[in-house]
Amino acid sequence: MASAAMVKAESVCKSFGRLEVLRGIDLEVAPKEVMCIIGPSGSGKSTFLRCINHLEKIDAGRLSVDGELVGYRQRGDRLFELADSEVCRKRSEIGMVFQRFNLFPHMTALENVIEAPIHVKRESRATASARARQLLERVGLAEKVNAYPNQLSGGQQQRVAIARALAMQPKLMLFDEPTSALDPELVGEVLDAIRALAEDGMTMIVVTHEMGFAREVGDTLVFMDGGVIVEAGKPRDVLANPQHERTKSFLSKVL
Amino acid sequence: MTDIASGPPSSDSGRRPEAIKAIPVRHPWRWVSAVVVLAIAGDVSYTIIDAVQRDPTTFGPGWTMVGTWLTKPLILGGVLATLELTVLAMLIGILLGVLLAVMRLSPNPVTSTVSWLYIWFFRGTPVLVQIFFWFNLNAVVRHIGVGVPPDGPWLFAVGTNQLISSFIAVTLGLGLNEAAYMAEIVRAGIISVEHGQTEAAQALGMNRLLVMRRIILPQAMRVIVPPTGNETISMLKTTSLAVIAAYPELFTRSEQVSNVYFAVIEMAIVASIWYLAMTTVLTIGQYYIERYFARGAQRELPPTPLQRFRRMLFTFHSPPPTVPDVIVMPSVHR
Repeated sequence: MASAAMVKAESVCKSFGRLEVLRGIDLEVAPKEVMCIIGPSGSGKSTFLRCINHLEKIDAGRLSVDGELVGYRQRGDRLFELADSEVCRKRSEIGMVFQRFNLFPHMTALENVIEAPIHVKRESRATASARARQLLERVGLAEKVNAYPNQLSGGQQQRVAIARALAMQPKLMLFDEPTSALDPELVGEVLDAIRALAEDGMTMIVVTHEMGFAREVGDTLVFMDGGVIVEAGKPRDVLANPQHERTKSFLSKVL
Repeated sequence: MTDIASGPPSSDSGRRPEAIKAIPVRHPWRWVSAVVVLAIAGDVSYTIIDAVQRDPTTFGPGWTMVGTWLTKPLILGGVLATLELTVLAMLIGILLGVLLAVMRLSPNPVTSTVSWLYIWFFRGTPVLVQIFFWFNLNAVVRHIGVGVPPDGPWLFAVGTNQLISSFIAVTLGLGLNEAAYMAEIVRAGIISVEHGQTEAAQALGMNRLLVMRRIILPQAMRVIVPPTGNETISMLKTTSLAVIAAYPELFTRSEQVSNVYFAVIEMAIVASIWYLAMTTVLTIGQYYIERYFARGAQRELPPTPLQRFRRMLFTFHSPPPTVPDVIVMPSVHR
């Protein structure tokens, strides 16, 4: 069972200088599971997400994706750092969507989506474009393929960003507060796109402040605070019946 | 309530108040300053025109000489040589500058230190001295090649004097010096690109080189291009330092002519006219290059001078339209 986990974290620790951001995170995400992570800002949610695709290096503990350690290779009882090319190959199998979209502003929506398939996976332009158009259509942007990011609304930009991540055919998707930079009326369209992905059976970790979404789409809900997991369980249970004081006080402020 | 919905009362055609007719404020000092400026400009131009006109040392009137020499093949050849030097030196400067900037920002301490030392040295010594150095390289090394210095045996070698012509000396001097400045310009461009761009690209599995080439540099161009245009214009004039190595570009040639005919001012005017003409063309070119790299950064491209001129003609007699015409961004094919 343990080896079947898509993501497995065992007492993961991470510090920035003297600031301890993660202080022993243990969790498991099964294939096709949707895990939502909530918690106050500074609780380490985003940092943990960034550790999973090695944008941040962990200091202690073990973190593995699909049975392979993140950033290291183990031989006997010694760890070897992975070469850049290995890190890149592993990152290409994990999709990530950012709070601030981070679309490439000098490329059209289509060019944004086909960039990595062409240059990282060495797909032909025709193959990549065909799939990119399908993906953009799927997130409802068939008409916007030739638009530049600054000609799109925030919600449209974020949906392009989702299509861009999906174009690499990832086995895991990470969402870092995907709706936090959006106007309230644009949040729904992005959540709909993520919900559709969940229905297709994508394994996902979603850091979010949208409790309704977490309850409805998430299989598990994790509440983090101060670099540790305070509480985890079925979203309905955690939201309706929190066990810890800290969870209760957080939920009473956001619900 | 009703006021908000109905808008300003002036829309009611019958009650429009009379337009204001007031006597404008007088600006006497504008007229005074204009007169002073005209007087000074007139005096200076008259002095130059007159001096050139009655210069007794030239054959015939000085202005005839300016007119004649402006289009002589000797000078035109110099113009070409100046352009050639500018293009080559900027090419070396830009390519080496990008390389140095990327090296400078590399996590590898060896490459970043090498880059730092290069910039420190080449930015810290005068370009004139550098050209002089390359031109006199023969005094330092007699042979350039692969072997055991200083006297061989050589696996392969060329005499320094055969290899370093005055053309090579000037091109190297200008290009290597420019690279140090371009490196700083490119570095500024690279660090101006938001860090989220690097992260997004890395998250897609792109390696460092790919991120730099496909994502960072194209966006850095918007910051890099204006000062590079400035550098090119500056370079066009700095090529005149080639006179130290006797390379026959525009200034060297006009110098030679002026020495023969004792026509210093005339030939300086000839050279200046050509330098001005070339920098003017470069200025216009720079505008269009900047416009190209603005795509994706502005919702609509700024109008070209021609478009602006045309719009001005149409709106000359009537107030400008409240909604500016939108210029459709050309789709970019690669």
